[in-house]
Amino acid sequence: MPKDLSIKSVLIIGSGPIVIGQACEFDYSGSQASRSLREEGIEVSLINSNPATIMTDEVTADNIYLLPLTVECLEHILQEQHIDAVLPTMGGQTALNLAIEAGNQGLWEKYDIKLIGVDLDAIELTENRDAFKQHVVKLGMEVAPSFIANSFLEGMEAAQKIGFPLVIRPSYTLGGTGGGFVMTEEEYPTALRRGLDASPTHEVLVEKAIFGWKEYELELLRDANDNVVIICTVENFDPMGIHTGDSITVAPAMTLSDTAFQQMRDDAILMMRSLGNFAGGCNVQFAIDPETEKLIPIEINPRVSRSSALASKATGYPIAKIAAKLAIGYTLDELKNQITKTTSAYFEPTLDYVIVKMPRWNFDKFHGSDNTLGLQMKSVGEVMAIGRTFLEALQKACQSLENNRNGLGADKKEWIRTQDILERLEKASDDRLFRLKDALRLGVPNSTVHNLTKIDPWFIKQIKRLVKYEEQLMRFNVPEDIPETFFRELKEVGYSDAQIAWVIRVNEDAVTKQRLALGIRRTYKMVDTCAAEFEAKTPYFYSTFDQENESIPTDNKKIIVLGSGPNRIGQGIEFDYCCVHGLLAIKEAGYEAIMINCNPETVSTDFDMADKLYFEPVYWEHIKEIIDLEKPEGIIVQLGGQTALKLAERFHKEGIPIIGSSFKSLDLAEDRGSFSDLLKDLDIPYPDYGVAHDIDQALEIANRVSYPVLVRPSYVLGGQRMRIVINDKELEKHVLSIYKHLPDNKVLIDQFLERAKEAEVDAIFDGEELMIMGIMEHIEPAGIHSGDSSAVLPTYSLSEESVQTMRDYTLKLAKALDIRGLINIQFAIKDEKVFVIEANPRASRTTPFIAKAYKTPFLNIATHVMMGTKKLKDFDVKRDLEGYAIKVPVFSFDKFPNVDKQLGPEMKSTGEMIRFIKDLQDPYFRQLDRDRSMYLSR
Amino acid sequence: MTYIGTHSATLLFEDGTVFKGKAYGKKGTTTGEICFNTGMTGYQEVFTDPSYYNQILVTTNAHIGNYGTMKADSESDRVQIAGLICKNLTVDYHRPLADQSIQEYMEQENLVCISDVDTRAIVRKIRSEGAMNAIISSEHEDIEVLKKLLADTPSMDGLELASKVTTSEPYFVGDENADVRIAVMDFGTKRNILDSMADRGTYLKVFPAKTPYSEVVSWEADGYFLSNGPGDPSSMDYAIETAKHMLESNKPIFGICLGHQILSLANGISTYKMHHGHRGANHPVINLQSGKCEITTQNHGFAVNRQELEAKADTIEVTHVNLNDDTIEGIELKNRPAFSVQHHPEANPGPHDSRYLFDKFIDLIKNHKSK
Repeated sequence: MPKDLSIKSVLIIGSGPIVIGQACEFDYSGSQASRSLREEGIEVSLINSNPATIMTDEVTADNIYLLPLTVECLEHILQEQHIDAVLPTMGGQTALNLAIEAGNQGLWEKYDIKLIGVDLDAIELTENRDAFKQHVVKLGMEVAPSFIANSFLEGMEAAQKIGFPLVIRPSYTLGGTGGGFVMTEEEYPTALRRGLDASPTHEVLVEKAIFGWKEYELELLRDANDNVVIICTVENFDPMGIHTGDSITVAPAMTLSDTAFQQMRDDAILMMRSLGNFAGGCNVQFAIDPETEKLIPIEINPRVSRSSALASKATGYPIAKIAAKLAIGYTLDELKNQITKTTSAYFEPTLDYVIVKMPRWNFDKFHGSDNTLGLQMKSVGEVMAIGRTFLEALQKACQSLENNRNGLGADKKEWIRTQDILERLEKASDDRLFRLKDALRLGVPNSTVHNLTKIDPWFIKQIKRLVKYEEQLMRFNVPEDIPETFFRELKEVGYSDAQIAWVIRVNEDAVTKQRLALGIRRTYKMVDTCAAEFEAKTPYFYSTFDQENESIPTDNKKIIVLGSGPNRIGQGIEFDYCCVHGLLAIKEAGYEAIMINCNPETVSTDFDMADKLYFEPVYWEHIKEIIDLEKPEGIIVQLGGQTALKLAERFHKEGIPIIGSSFKSLDLAEDRGSFSDLLKDLDIPYPDYGVAHDIDQALEIANRVSYPVLVRPSYVLGGQRMRIVINDKELEKHVLSIYKHLPDNKVLIDQFLERAKEAEVDAIFDGEELMIMGIMEHIEPAGIHSGDSSAVLPTYSLSEESVQTMRDYTLKLAKALDIRGLINIQFAIKDEKVFVIEANPRASRTTPFIAKAYKTPFLNIATHVMMGTKKLKDFDVKRDLEGYAIKVPVFSFDKFPNVDKQLGPEMKSTGEMIRFIKDLQDPYFRQLDRDRSMYLSR
Repeated sequence: MTYIGTHSATLLFEDGTVFKGKAYGKKGTTTGEICFNTGMTGYQEVFTDPSYYNQILVTTNAHIGNYGTMKADSESDRVQIAGLICKNLTVDYHRPLADQSIQEYMEQENLVCISDVDTRAIVRKIRSEGAMNAIISSEHEDIEVLKKLLADTPSMDGLELASKVTTSEPYFVGDENADVRIAVMDFGTKRNILDSMADRGTYLKVFPAKTPYSEVVSWEADGYFLSNGPGDPSSMDYAIETAKHMLESNKPIFGICLGHQILSLANGISTYKMHHGHRGANHPVINLQSGKCEITTQNHGFAVNRQELEAKADTIEVTHVNLNDDTIEGIELKNRPAFSVQHHPEANPGPHDSRYLFDKFIDLIKNHKSK
């Protein structure tokens, strides 16, 4: 069946602001779908309220609508554009819900719109837990016993019949909101009420808990001819009981026999075919009884989902790209495998490596939150690592997390109290993997670990191998004593030089030196969908310690872009946007663009974005090996957030060129002391401050600068552990807490400018000329983290003098810091006096927002300036904005019911949206303005 | 036992390329034609598939042995591959239903294995240079000794192997009171092919490969089945001869893999040795009659000539084609009730998409009987 020629113009619905459970993986799917459709000559319109996405960029779609995801806005687009079809499966549950709502209001009929890639009845069926279960039973599959409850009373009755432990699953919610395990009768009434409240239809399924069963996920694609393929099978390291979004997952399945797998494949295909007649992606989850291998389907999502992005990165098969083509009528056998370009898209990828996905949590941002894991997703991001052994992938994933770990243990963060460890094993929380290793290291038997965690013994035995390796390694005193074969084996199971150094108590450099002397270097293998059966054209690589290296450097001049690692609060999708533009600009300038990142949700790690992709931890040892191989002209560290920036010092020391502002400039801006000295020299006001190394010093400084003061550790992200304190007692308490949680850290104490206005500037400097990208005024007063503030572009209430002063200071600072590329400066304005709070010599959280609001490719300009390939005078910038644009933060507090929703100097929002207003009479703006001080806390 | 994983083993190719790895399985030396399988599950089923007889197998999956082995997963009564090459061999398995570890299994089955080698590099080598003979040894380290042993290994081209793996005596499978009786020519059949037919209510008599047609016909079967098996089909004159007689009888015939090649040869279509064959559980095939696609299990190093088939389009229909390389995957005779496929509809290991072919065969027999 060839493509449907009646479709000439498609509207893609995005997923809106990032919240827990629906993150930038939908930017990946939306962007890929859009590019895929445009390749077919189709005009693509796109609606999304999230300005940090690459999908809403001119490079991705033809007509972009940065509008709220409402039926009114959809209608506005349908009036303005001639749309033939709507593709609602790329924007997660949000897009689907909107499509359903618009359908209920008759919008699609009114405008004669075809819904493609979806069957709304199928969605309805899969979202309604009870209907889904009955459907599955009709297909001849088994399910866990359950009852549906629409009231508290019905819920209580259900529990009586089923007994404990049981599960509450609210209907029609995202990422398991409101759901969870209930172990005892006492907890039940509260949990039931919460579940009923969370469901928009006040409906929950009360189900017998199948705790500890093995859990699997299959990613499927189906075309209009009913051909189905399994793209990827993912095994959950954490068994049933923990949301897959919060589980460590592994592909391919490690412990699954062919018999069990084929049963699962048959059932998954049967289920997908039974759900209406849509062409596109689908995800099915199963539980398997480890003793009998009995199979139970858990859920099915007939759309591109969170795991589709992971499956695409894990196999190389671009699910969203192909799903978009299937939606417009192509069948799989008519399409080519995008990686080999010669074989068919109708096939099932096979892996000759192992991938491990590990979630990244941010519990430290949600005080009072419960860090135990369950049915409700709590992680804010994830990393993926690839290796030739499970252990290599596992340790690389640990190195990717940026939790200051150098791998799975074998560093100073190990726990040594068996009792504490065993408690953590039983009640799973964010550190369970590390505690599991600690337990094995302390001699806890495998069987005990299995009984407490229900993790498949195969995984436990593998991790136990690490313990044995370390016991052997401990016998050596210096790296020179480690036999070459053993050294190589250590590297093959993923140990970093830093871990080896820790175990034998030498410094890392000594280990690296000896490793290089032995010639133990990383080789690179290709992710090619087919285990090397066919030649692949796509340069997508990972490192390992195997014999043959497949990544052969070209003779071209190259520039490496460092990505920002896993998403977390304070550093997310906006840096992916920056990296994508960086790559495009590098290519434009005639260089080979090389990307390094480990975040599977990103567009910058798409197989066709960079000239070469290294899917590797943004971790020194891995980066260094790539640099040694590729010998690039330099590295861009300004686009990957703080993650990339903090590696600048190491590059500088090793003599590796940094593209754009030099390390000296970066360091000057980042170091509080020298930066303040600079401000003093430039005669720029700043809040009085001091650096305290102990509590007595802290008290002395606080009293000198006078209360209230802002207290924070140095070198943290998103204002972590930043507080406003008003007296000695509070100060003492907070400073001690910082020293406890972040030992070896200095404490910064700033005078807090009460009732000050806050503003920020993003700018580009090329050494001669300054380009102010935009000046934003925060609606909320100083004291609320800039990431949690509503920022209005341009300023709306500040005096012209203040704005001019900010411009002047920005130019002075850019010159003094000798910036080449981007700089972001935060200001506080009190009584018409402008203070500089901080300067960030890199792309900021707001750069994509400004670029979208003004419809100007600032990141492209900035990258050219960094490379020196163009000067600012080469660009003719026209800012196209009528009225104002507001960046509004979005929170995920519904995932943390007990958390204090007050805002302060520590960032808590997970996402943002953009809102355009014509003037200040706009009711939306007036509401925000009225509420501006409501949530301020300390 | 102490030498497992601590002793080294050597892999030497015909062209002199050497890989060093660790010795697993039985300590010893083995030779054969090297081939690779890209399946991610079902290693034991592959090891025991008689079509792999005499071949040294490279598994591309990163880990082998994770879920141990169990008797019920064997496709024949012994390991058929000549040797195993893998990246990570896991002795420490876990699966409650399993009987033993892969190491114990290999020792019991006398299988020589080399692990911890760059299997991906080996696959890339086979992909570009084609199938060739190789030797694995955990006894000899001297390359010259290995070279000498390797030189004595015959080439797969023109090699007749079916008679080495076929049953020595005829045997029966299924319910003897069943309506449908099928005579199976065993060129190295997988157990699951027989089960797939027996489970559909048939009674099977399995004949040794070289049983003369006169003896087969005396059992008065309703249909004939030509099984899979190892070796070069063009060297099997006896089987081609039998197939010709079967065609003349006008009774329904179904062939799988080697059986498909034999059916083609019996119709005057030649076969050829492929560059490195198809082996895995993800091969895309389109059924030209229905327009539907199926993901198939494949294991073949020879294929049927496309041009000759096209020249005989008036009597033979091409029913299945491989979507990756356009090779022939299935044929159906227009003037006889006979059809065959190159892939393995019984799967094990692999997807079950093509199992409808067994139904088709049995329906064909039933329709034919009622005529």
